[in-house]
Amino acid sequence: MAFKQVTSPHAHGAQNTAKVMQLVVWATIPGLIALTWHFGWGSLINVVLASITAVVSEALILKMRNRPVGFYLGDYSAVVTAVLLGLALPPLCPWWVVVVGTLFSVVIAKQLFGGLGYNPFNPAMVGYVVVLISFPVEMTTWVAPLALLPEGVAHPDLLESLRLVFFSASPMDGVTGATPLDSFKHTAGLTVDQIYQQDSLFSQAMLAGVGWEWVNLGFLAGGIMLLARRVFTWHGPVAMLVALALMSLIFWDSGSSQSPGSPLMHLLSGASMIGAFFILTDPVSSAVSNRGRLIYGALIGILIFIIRAWGNYPDAVAFAVLLANFTAPFIDNYTLPRTYGHTDRRKATERLDD
Amino acid sequence: MRQTWVTPGGVHPPENKDQSLTQPIGSLPIPEKLVVPLGQHIGAPAIACVTVGDRVLKGQKIADPAGTISAAIHAPTSGTVTAIEARPVAHSSGMNALCVEITSDGKDQWIDKSGISDFEHTSPKALLSIITEAGIAGMGGAGFPTSVKLNPGFKRPIDTLIINATECEPYITADDSLIRERAEEIVEGIGILSHILGNPHNIMIGIENNKPEAIKALEPHTKDTGINVVSFPAKYPSGGEKQLIYILTGKELPSGNIPADIGMLCVNIGTTHAIKRAVVDGEPLVSRVTTMTGEACEINRNYDVLIGTPVEHLLKHNNFDAQRCSRVIMGGPMMGFSLTSKQIPIVKTTNCILAPSIEEIPHNEPAQPCIRCGMCAEACPASLLPQQLLWYSQAKDHERLQSHNLFDCIECGACSYVCPSNIPLVQHYRSSKSDIKKAQEEKVKSTQARERFEFRQQRIELAEKEREAKRAARREAAKQAKASSGTDSMADIVAAAQARTAAKKTSPEQELAKLERAVSSAEMRVQKAQDKLDTASANSETDEKINILSAALSGAQQKLEKAKTRLAEHSN
Repeated sequence: MAFKQVTSPHAHGAQNTAKVMQLVVWATIPGLIALTWHFGWGSLINVVLASITAVVSEALILKMRNRPVGFYLGDYSAVVTAVLLGLALPPLCPWWVVVVGTLFSVVIAKQLFGGLGYNPFNPAMVGYVVVLISFPVEMTTWVAPLALLPEGVAHPDLLESLRLVFFSASPMDGVTGATPLDSFKHTAGLTVDQIYQQDSLFSQAMLAGVGWEWVNLGFLAGGIMLLARRVFTWHGPVAMLVALALMSLIFWDSGSSQSPGSPLMHLLSGASMIGAFFILTDPVSSAVSNRGRLIYGALIGILIFIIRAWGNYPDAVAFAVLLANFTAPFIDNYTLPRTYGHTDRRKATERLDD
Repeated sequence: MRQTWVTPGGVHPPENKDQSLTQPIGSLPIPEKLVVPLGQHIGAPAIACVTVGDRVLKGQKIADPAGTISAAIHAPTSGTVTAIEARPVAHSSGMNALCVEITSDGKDQWIDKSGISDFEHTSPKALLSIITEAGIAGMGGAGFPTSVKLNPGFKRPIDTLIINATECEPYITADDSLIRERAEEIVEGIGILSHILGNPHNIMIGIENNKPEAIKALEPHTKDTGINVVSFPAKYPSGGEKQLIYILTGKELPSGNIPADIGMLCVNIGTTHAIKRAVVDGEPLVSRVTTMTGEACEINRNYDVLIGTPVEHLLKHNNFDAQRCSRVIMGGPMMGFSLTSKQIPIVKTTNCILAPSIEEIPHNEPAQPCIRCGMCAEACPASLLPQQLLWYSQAKDHERLQSHNLFDCIECGACSYVCPSNIPLVQHYRSSKSDIKKAQEEKVKSTQARERFEFRQQRIELAEKEREAKRAARREAAKQAKASSGTDSMADIVAAAQARTAAKKTSPEQELAKLERAVSSAEMRVQKAQDKLDTASANSETDEKINILSAALSGAQQKLEKAKTRLAEHSN
């Protein structure tokens, strides 16, 4: 009797890609709950709509590429991309914004580069930037947080939200408001203290902006859960958050009218936490070694601050991540770990002696 | 407690060691036929010194070591040599190799054993030759001939002797049970080793802390011997030589070196037991402790197995259920290799036969794409970047593979174990390593060929230059001679030309001979043409053909006439 010949190792750990991806999706739930609580049904609709679009478009393109559809859909990577994009898009934005963004993410940024594992850029952020540049009005209209709605006004209920998303011709009105980062961008001439006193977005907040601080704390909680489950290492997220905090500390300018805002405001506003734990941790498009991820994360933190403080956009996680994606292969060349038995780290570009 | 160091990476697969430790080391009935491979060690296979039909005793040498790195082979039981031929052997490629088949006579009759009771008063050289004769090779897995490892000629004296009792692979308990039951013999073996090596001042037994009973068994025997039993937290692959050196000493073995280069020596604990048996009891290496485990076998335990016992014999005696079995592995689940046949025999390096059920070790799932999650890098004990190595391995980028230190990979399999995409990473590395080695060999060959070619070109050029120089010298000499004899007159030149023409003309005798030859060959041609015409008419060929042949005949006849005329003219 002949046995099957199999290569070692024979034992395999319990981990698999689908489980990792599912874990990432579960870890977004605290953030999603915070978003839904403070900004209404919009984000949930975004997430569901983006997920359906992603799965359908991935299935179609896999079919076109003659790849086994079930096998690749089963890795849940399309769902992760869609969920992250859905969370990043403004609540109650028109349905076609979500669909166009998702199609770009899944079809162009991911599948046309070879599918999972071969995309040089973070697919969700590619989709986000495409719709941000293409549909600036829709993309900069945010729902006002629950606490700041006028007396007697509430967020639209689920049905009304769906109507707004699918059938409203113009961007919705009445319940919109500025984000904390918008406020800082458009209040030149006021000191930080004045902004905090005059703008109810800050005056009614505990830490960094009504609603937003909770959203960021939600994603921080999810991120810590993923860290504890060793889905990624601490290097990237911590480097990014430290770099962002340090930059805002250096340019704090004691809260003068020139100040771009406090470290706390920067850490807990906009997409800081989802960026740190869910976006830049995308392993495919990031640097690979731990040292490389420190540099990569820090670079993103610095770029975010530069664009927020002096650029044209109030938030900058997407741009910063895409710019850093460009640098990842270069960083990889110079951040090899020191291998056992070697005195020095080697460079990937080292030539062989002839 | 001695200080230990923590290696990076590593994994904690389920240990699965308890099931084979419920009973003491057992023994099996002697199989009817034993198949003893001649190559059970690293180095050249031994050369058989028996022939088919010879009667052999247990422990009788049946093959001599071939060359420096090799080991002797002995008959594992008494009986008759019934075949010397290629059989499937324990190798990851499933290859066949030369084996001696011994049909047992059931008596298990030993040769005359003569041991040494006081090895302290025996010279290391004499002890080494006993170890050589006993055919001992590393029993931890690699099978490096022990006498070669211990041979003097080290760059520096050995100051640290490390006995590897880590046994970090899941399922395997061969060393553990050996220590539990034969600690005294093991310590005696270590004493012999120490004596051979000139009593290194630092002797350590490295053992994972998941073997408390073994540690306890060693204690009474190592007390006041200077041997330190050093235990450390279990983690795979702590038993790798490089990892163990770091765990016990905090030093790294520089890449490309062997432990002796830094004054260290690592020996598997099973080997020390074999050394004791060889030196003190005069028993060559003919059996070893092997773990038989896995859910596809009803009985899981350790056996003292004769070398050459077919795996089938072991499986049968443990109620193997082929239906439940996913594969039969020689070695552990991390580094062992799957067997292609049940006829493959146990060899000196076989520490485990693992027959897992399909639920225990399921069939491999198809590999998904690498998402560069980096779990492999976190698990790598050598601090490599397995995800990058995979990438460059697929791209066959040999330069990048080497700058990423591919050759420092110990193939422990920790990366594949944790890979969420089920990628057989180690297989990619093995294949790349052999590709690179092959490319390097070819490069050496082509360099040699190029050098030979260039040297030849150079030699030809040099010879040509020398000839050119000689010609130039002759021309120069002629010129000078001319100059000294003065300018020739017109009359002289004409005379010289006439002389040359005269010299060219053939003599009358030569001319005559030439004409005579012409006549005789013309006669021959006429004869041939006549013959052809005759045959053609005899065979009644077509008129056309006969016409052509007669035309040829008359042509030949005319030529003959001409030649005769010329000869006549010349004679006149």
